[in-house]
Amino acid sequence: MSVAVELRHITKRFPGVIANKDVSIKVETGTVHALVGENGAGKSTVMKILYGMQRPDSGEILVNGKEVHFKNPNDAIEAGIGMVHQHFMLADNFTVLENIILGSEPKHGATIDFVGARAKVVEMAAQYGLDINPDVLVEELGVGQRQRVEILKVLFRGANILIFDEPTAVLVPQEVDDLFQALEGLRAQGMAVIFISHKLDEVLRVADEVTVVRQGATVAEVKSKDVTARQLAELMVGSELPKPSTLGHTRRDEITLALKDVSIPTATGSRDLLSNITFNLHAGEVVGIAGVEGNGQAELVEAIMGLRDYTGSIEFHGTSIDELSVADRHDLGIGLIPEDRQRQALMMTSPLWENRILGHQRGKPVMRGFVIDKKATIDSTRTIMQEFDVRAPGPDTLAAALSGGNQQKFIVGREMSKAPALLVASHPTRGVDVGAQGAIWDVLRKAREKGMAIVLISADLEELIGMSDRLLVMLRGAITAELDPAKTTPEQLGSAMTGAA
Amino acid sequence: MSNALSRKFTPSKVGLAIAAPLAAAIFSILISSLAVIASKKSPVDAFKTMWEFGTTTGSLMEVINTATPYYIAAIAIAVTFRAGLFNIGVEGQLRLGALFSCYIGAMFVLPPVLHVAAVFIVAMTFGGLWAAIAAYLKVKRGVNEVISTIMLNALAGGLSAYLLSKHFALVEEGSNNLQTKELPASAQIPDLMPLLRKLGVEDQPGGGVYGMFFVAVALGLIFWFVVNRTRFGFELRASGLNPIAARVSGVNSKKMTFIALVISGAIAGLSGLPEVLGQTHSYNLGFRAGIGFSAIAVALLGRNSAGGMAISALLFGFLEVSSRALELIDIAPETYVIMQGSILLSSVVAYEVVRRFRLTLQSKELAKVVQA
Repeated sequence: MSVAVELRHITKRFPGVIANKDVSIKVETGTVHALVGENGAGKSTVMKILYGMQRPDSGEILVNGKEVHFKNPNDAIEAGIGMVHQHFMLADNFTVLENIILGSEPKHGATIDFVGARAKVVEMAAQYGLDINPDVLVEELGVGQRQRVEILKVLFRGANILIFDEPTAVLVPQEVDDLFQALEGLRAQGMAVIFISHKLDEVLRVADEVTVVRQGATVAEVKSKDVTARQLAELMVGSELPKPSTLGHTRRDEITLALKDVSIPTATGSRDLLSNITFNLHAGEVVGIAGVEGNGQAELVEAIMGLRDYTGSIEFHGTSIDELSVADRHDLGIGLIPEDRQRQALMMTSPLWENRILGHQRGKPVMRGFVIDKKATIDSTRTIMQEFDVRAPGPDTLAAALSGGNQQKFIVGREMSKAPALLVASHPTRGVDVGAQGAIWDVLRKAREKGMAIVLISADLEELIGMSDRLLVMLRGAITAELDPAKTTPEQLGSAMTGAA
Repeated sequence: MSNALSRKFTPSKVGLAIAAPLAAAIFSILISSLAVIASKKSPVDAFKTMWEFGTTTGSLMEVINTATPYYIAAIAIAVTFRAGLFNIGVEGQLRLGALFSCYIGAMFVLPPVLHVAAVFIVAMTFGGLWAAIAAYLKVKRGVNEVISTIMLNALAGGLSAYLLSKHFALVEEGSNNLQTKELPASAQIPDLMPLLRKLGVEDQPGGGVYGMFFVAVALGLIFWFVVNRTRFGFELRASGLNPIAARVSGVNSKKMTFIALVISGAIAGLSGLPEVLGQTHSYNLGFRAGIGFSAIAVALLGRNSAGGMAISALLFGFLEVSSRALELIDIAPETYVIMQGSILLSSVVAYEVVRRFRLTLQSKELAKVVQA
């Protein structure tokens, strides 16, 4: 086996993110090489450098033993490097074949050689075990199949070094299995695969070798058969790994939140966005909502918060809140961690202390009557920053200057500062690093012990299983199953989410 | 650690604050110079003439009088800008405000201060009502407020001309000018000459400074306080900065849209008053046009902040007044329009450059903190 690609002592100064101080990776042909590290450790920067999107300040890149200098991704593609992005870049109204050839269409005189392209795609699909029908529209495909199109697209351009950026983040367990099978096929065909992830069990399953980066530097390169997930995690964070878990039952008798037949019809009158959702949530209890994204979870949050009209009824502490505005619901003691922090929870161009006010602008400590109490707000912001380890120069820092994980910690801290009786937490640890994730879990656990009720929505199945007292599975706007997290594995939960079980 | 970094005034921050206006000024002087050179005249002469004429006591008073309505109208526009809306209909709102306040204000006599207050209320009511049409259409029907307020400007022009000529104007023998009945003395706002004389300013042939100057200053202070320091102002700004987050945080976006547009219209209604209450004492055919449009540029240049708009209103006033002297050296006085335009354009660009630079700078500070 020969070395397909090698990075030597890559350094990159990059505002806002920890600079890549010294990253070295060596990937051999016919292997799957995983690059792991916390968010912000510098994984993405390294890959952007390898893919020609950024240029290193110093260090060398060697492809097949020759030093290269990429000015842009086209140079990288030329050298046989392909990237399968986490967020797919496909045209929905094009067929699979059209998407695959888009941008590098084989010409037949002045026209596109569809026949030749089709034959090549079919052949490639068979060769690598990427089974797909080239003639369906991409909009009809599921997430796993879309990813397959992305892979074929990269292969079609002649790549033999493939970078996968967090490829499993969007997949359910069954799709993950399919993906790993495809990676197996690529390896067998002599491709070099770079697999970026922070899910360590997956890394150990699929990778031959693992490079661990921490704070912008390579800290270890190991064979996956020689390490355990725990050891990898400790290498990643430099300390012990937190686990999502809640100890014992803290559920109290009183019912904090009661939903009865809550539905949201669509304008067209077809299938309801939310149909007859009914459940009770007690104080001190966490109910986990599991489901593939887009099956009504967002609408459920909007109904509870009063952001969307619904039929049926929602009671909070035994009183109907159906007629109450969003502001009233906030003020009653319902807290929200929205799923998209930048769009729904922050004013990116404003300083943190002003963001501290958002959602809390109707009471203490940020207001004195109708006037902003700037000093109290800044003090409170500082307290949140300390308690939740928000890493920023100070309350005057703009929200946009913070990393995603720090933004999330700030938002969690902001919501917890009013000690809500009910917390609607939508993906509370999405995109945050392991350390912050553990801290957020800790906060939720403690609040639960004190009697806070939590509606937890997450795509992280381990988080759902570990943190919830009860799991509700949503599919096409309805609750289709109720599971006991103590007796449920991520695979079983995944099956229930897709409706397979 | 964090104290040292978040300290308010570091040399680089002050430098950045000055950099944008300075760059904009230099760039716009260059462009204006080109315009003067194109008419085969010396830019140095032109600027010198403008400066000499513009800084005489009489001119400076006129500058303030020109800037006062600009400032009030700019505040009206800024209220909507801050909420993520754009009231382009200030021109129509101020026209109707001025017309109705002159017509209704001349119908009765009240004690001096009360009468002026009543006139203000009438102006704000009609300005606000006119804006409320656009607000209603936006909230109930989703009509873009830029479109509706532009169209309402045209309607206001026609409506005011019709009302003046057919209903509100006095019929005066031997005069072509149509005007409303003169406001009684109790509704007039005296100019500030008595006050200025005490400060040692000599009488000028062109008259004094409108009393509404103080109203404009007060409005500026109120605007600053409400927008930056109150709950309403916070929700207004949040709606502008991130409407989705504002809604999630409990701001009723429709209500906010409605209120912002109506308040904007009400303030706009006041912006036509400095001249009518201070000088003409009636609404007539010669009512100054274009305030509402120039004010858009004033608001943009002033970054929708109370202080910034004050400076830009005075700057626009100065250019307008001092450029009249250009005729003396055979340059078209309309050159000031080029100057205003180039200042606006270059400042918008300069501010954006500085904004990005500042964010990068903050990110670097942050990287240091994170690594420490």
